[in-house]
Amino acid sequence: MRSIFISLSSAALAGIICIPVGGIIEFREFWGKRALINLIQTFYSLPTVTVGLLVFLLISRSGPLGFLNLLFSQSGMILGQAILVCPIMIGLTITALGSVGSQIRDTAKSLGATEMQIIITVIKEARVAVIAAVLLGFGRALSEVGVAMMIGGNIRGYTRVLTTSIALETSMGNLELSMALGIILISISLGINLLLNRFQGK
Amino acid sequence: MALLLMTLSVLCGAVAAAGGERLKLATTTSLQDTGLLDVIKDKFDEMYNVSLDVVSGGTGIAIQYGERGDVDVLIVHDKERELKFIKDEHGLERRCIAYNYFLLVGPQDDPAGIKGMNASAALAVIMEKGKADPAKVMFVSRGDNSGTHAREKLLWKKAGYNYSAVNSSGPWYIEAGQGMGATLNMANEKQAYTLSDMSTFMAYQGNLTLVPLIEGGSDLLNVYVAMAVNPQKHPDVNCKLANEFINYLVSDEGQDLIAGYGTEKFGKPLFSAARGSCELIGCAAAECAVAPSASCAAA
Repeated sequence: MRSIFISLSSAALAGIICIPVGGIIEFREFWGKRALINLIQTFYSLPTVTVGLLVFLLISRSGPLGFLNLLFSQSGMILGQAILVCPIMIGLTITALGSVGSQIRDTAKSLGATEMQIIITVIKEARVAVIAAVLLGFGRALSEVGVAMMIGGNIRGYTRVLTTSIALETSMGNLELSMALGIILISISLGINLLLNRFQGK
Repeated sequence: MALLLMTLSVLCGAVAAAGGERLKLATTTSLQDTGLLDVIKDKFDEMYNVSLDVVSGGTGIAIQYGERGDVDVLIVHDKERELKFIKDEHGLERRCIAYNYFLLVGPQDDPAGIKGMNASAALAVIMEKGKADPAKVMFVSRGDNSGTHAREKLLWKKAGYNYSAVNSSGPWYIEAGQGMGATLNMANEKQAYTLSDMSTFMAYQGNLTLVPLIEGGSDLLNVYVAMAVNPQKHPDVNCKLANEFINYLVSDEGQDLIAGYGTEKFGKPLFSAARGSCELIGCAAAECAVAPSASCAAA
């Protein structure tokens, strides 16, 4: 349950930030836009341990955000995972919004909508694909182990999630338990996928 | 959907704000992997109505966390680095809480024939035979800067070798880079020798075919030490609670808990209490006693 809660929160946090950012990137024309999108797509496969290390240095008490006391806490994990899944969400939002016909955009504009209103209108149109982006982000947050281990610290009853439990139990030689946890994790992923398919099937 | 996101973000804010006092402890893997800290945590949490957050890693990373002020209290086992940690004013005083011994474990048929030797002589033999026949004689090292790894380096030094020459001398020497439990499992798979603390070995023994070949002796003495992180250097640490935790560990109740742990499951205790053996394990009397509560302010 903790796994789901933490990953869902990071997906939500990332969603709140990344969907509008994706919208802005898609709708504004600016120099280097293509390069920026390429960069974002490269970050789809951002190594989780690198994000873990960067966030660690950032929120460690000796780091610039140390005063927030986020290291080894759930909030820290949520922050780290949100950063991890942000590129995927921004990228997929851009793709989703790009697929919405330009008439809608033009109609909204001709009705005198502001930029933000246009973005919201188009996001509404593309909501299925945008939800898919959020769910994919959730899936990545749920299944990663690097950030969870380095930022959360695998604290029993607090920041220990499914993936870090599996790593720990395997290192302790409890292979049956690890396998059982693995099956739970896969089931959750399967559930997400089914949900995704249902949305997309609509 | 926006509504859903809003609710979630409020929810996560609420969770971040909730929760009582937390004490962050960085510890060596042996105390965590054996389950001792789980028992201590349950008792301590209940007594003080707090949450003890245990982050386990080797002594190396635990001390790093301490130096960065990321945890409030440490339990480690590498005297040299402990003294340096205190000398650099990152930590308050050392308090000895428990001890046991390291074991040199290996395959039952002992292909290098080290049984009965002293530890550093045995390592020298393993190296010699490992170089000659790396398929038969191997040594798995923690390779992770942990306290056990530090002891291994010390033993190599005693045997007259330069460690950097040892760990690059051939395929017989395997660096695991993992915790004690994972390293034992690896040594077991490869039927190799390794240095392990006694408690982790006992806790894992059920899954292993390795046997202890060399035990005991002052060379292999393994003392666990708790230190609070110095609030003068790291003002955000919870020094008061850290000291209460350490005092609990050295109190009669804490020492009884440590000395009794594992008897039920393994037939004999995994750790010996430091109480009463202070001199034997090389600690000053004050390092085993309950300290006056003012030590945070005095520091």
